[in-house]
Amino acid sequence: MEWFRKKTRDLAAGEKKDIPDGVWTKCKGCGEIITVISLKKNYWTCPKCDYHFRITSADYINLILDDGRLEEYDANMTSADPLVFRDTKRYMDRIAEARKKTGVNDAVICGIGKIDGREVSFAVMEFAFIGGSMGSVVGEKVARAIERSLQRKIPLIIISCSGGARMMEGVFSLMQLAKTSALLARLDKMKIPFISILTNPTTAGVMASYASLGDVIIAEPQALLGFAGPRVIAQTIGGELPPGFQSSEFFLEHGFLDSIVHRSKMRKAVITLLDYLAGPK
Amino acid sequence: MKEQDYLDFERPILELDRKIKEMRDLASAENLELSKEIELLERRRNRLRAEVYSKLTRWQRVQLARHPLRPYSLDIIQLAFTDFFELHGDRRFADDKAMIGGFAKLDEHRVMVIGQQKGRDTKQRQYRNFGMCHPEGYRKALRLMKVAEKFGLPIVIFIDTPGAYPGVGAEERGQAEAIARNIMEMAAIEVPIICFIIGEGASGGALGIGVGDRVYMLENSWYTVISPEGCAAILWKAEAGADPAKLEARRRQAAEALKLTASDNAAFEIIDKVVPEPPGGAHMDYEGTARIIKGELIQALNELKMLSPEELCNKRLEKYRVIGVYNE
Repeated sequence: MEWFRKKTRDLAAGEKKDIPDGVWTKCKGCGEIITVISLKKNYWTCPKCDYHFRITSADYINLILDDGRLEEYDANMTSADPLVFRDTKRYMDRIAEARKKTGVNDAVICGIGKIDGREVSFAVMEFAFIGGSMGSVVGEKVARAIERSLQRKIPLIIISCSGGARMMEGVFSLMQLAKTSALLARLDKMKIPFISILTNPTTAGVMASYASLGDVIIAEPQALLGFAGPRVIAQTIGGELPPGFQSSEFFLEHGFLDSIVHRSKMRKAVITLLDYLAGPK
Repeated sequence: MKEQDYLDFERPILELDRKIKEMRDLASAENLELSKEIELLERRRNRLRAEVYSKLTRWQRVQLARHPLRPYSLDIIQLAFTDFFELHGDRRFADDKAMIGGFAKLDEHRVMVIGQQKGRDTKQRQYRNFGMCHPEGYRKALRLMKVAEKFGLPIVIFIDTPGAYPGVGAEERGQAEAIARNIMEMAAIEVPIICFIIGEGASGGALGIGVGDRVYMLENSWYTVISPEGCAAILWKAEAGADPAKLEARRRQAAEALKLTASDNAAFEIIDKVVPEPPGGAHMDYEGTARIIKGELIQALNELKMLSPEELCNKRLEKYRVIGVYNE
């Protein structure tokens, strides 16, 4: 068990690829030139167009949990290589690189934390780790996070950020959809609340399992959400995709999202929802 | 079998089949007694076929799973079941032709049978959308499962899909939600569920009707997280438009790396059984294939009917709970 701890809710810029360093930067959403300081103050969202720059799992812990504190579980769980998989690189080399780059052992961080004094089982995905992909480790850690909710009868919060199942573990990755969803059926039966938070991107195997199964599902604005990747769909239909296709706003419009919540209001939204779902403290 | 239906690796078999046919034609045209010679050739052909089929590569098995003459769900239902009464629609949006289902009998067992359906000719292939379901297909399957649960009928599922359909309408109607919902609900359905992968078992498209108490695979079917084509495109950047020989090589490589065959899945303890196909593959003998499948289904139904709903659900959850390989 390890402790994550950050002093303030001010999100520090680490070595995040998505986050600019320097004084000025161009917004990826609207192209406006903005100061990095104003971005940072604004939770790494563009003050002009609300484009949400990608932040790390540690940033979300800091953003959502009381005092930015997470009592982390299963931190040392690491990927095995059941297929002895090799494409242009060996899978185990990819894992080693990802660990070095991100400082975390796989694509999800799980544990127990508090939100406005209320204990929750919390999981947050790390996109920088092989695209936030779900293999055996992510599946097992999420499964245990659900079990902690079941055992302690505390709400479950999962922040997803993932391109889907991890190809390099083949059918084992696919089975993690079944493992996590089957446990969520239990949680559902026990009437323990599950809030699913979607960030950019949440697609494929993660979207087709726990991310879609929240009692309440909320997303950051302009996130890419969907089952198939936009490139695959464009190839299938042999043409251009409609503007805004597979965005948070598209998901909301088609009835697959409860609400779009700006990052600066995410913690408050979760507190409000927990009050309704889990009762007054 | 027509000559164009032989796969590349079946060329030597085709050569012998041609000779056998020539000999037969000759015998009947000239009224010659050649039965000994023909029998000899046939035996040689069978030996050769057994040899070729005993050392198929993973990519060759993928070809067999996609064989244009491979028996599809409705072929097996017609041959192995009786009194099939087809049910249509998801009661939400539409009737997905790539997902079929209905009441049927397996000897004395009354069941709900559900399956993905491919088409045989160009028109049928389009009608069945190449076995690629939309969300309404998954919702139709779930609706039928709920009917089965309500009336105590076991559920038999045939899986055969190159993937859930990746299209605009499918996304608009929540392909991911439909699959996620099915996976979750299937974990808690209080009647036996037997899943049989008879051809292609591609990723979420397969798993969306693939959570069961027993999961069987026909010998020459495949099941994994992505198609070899998809995997080659993403990891090797090998996409249509590239040099065809290179593209084929990458896909072959992806199939090998993914370890996607029935015996791979059995070795990984993901499935319960590899079910052997008749000599030369399921497409050579529909009746034989249906008979083998029927036998397996009846045995499984008899075993599963001994379990209470609670035992069924607990065991099913446990079955999936333990899947995964990791260090800690």
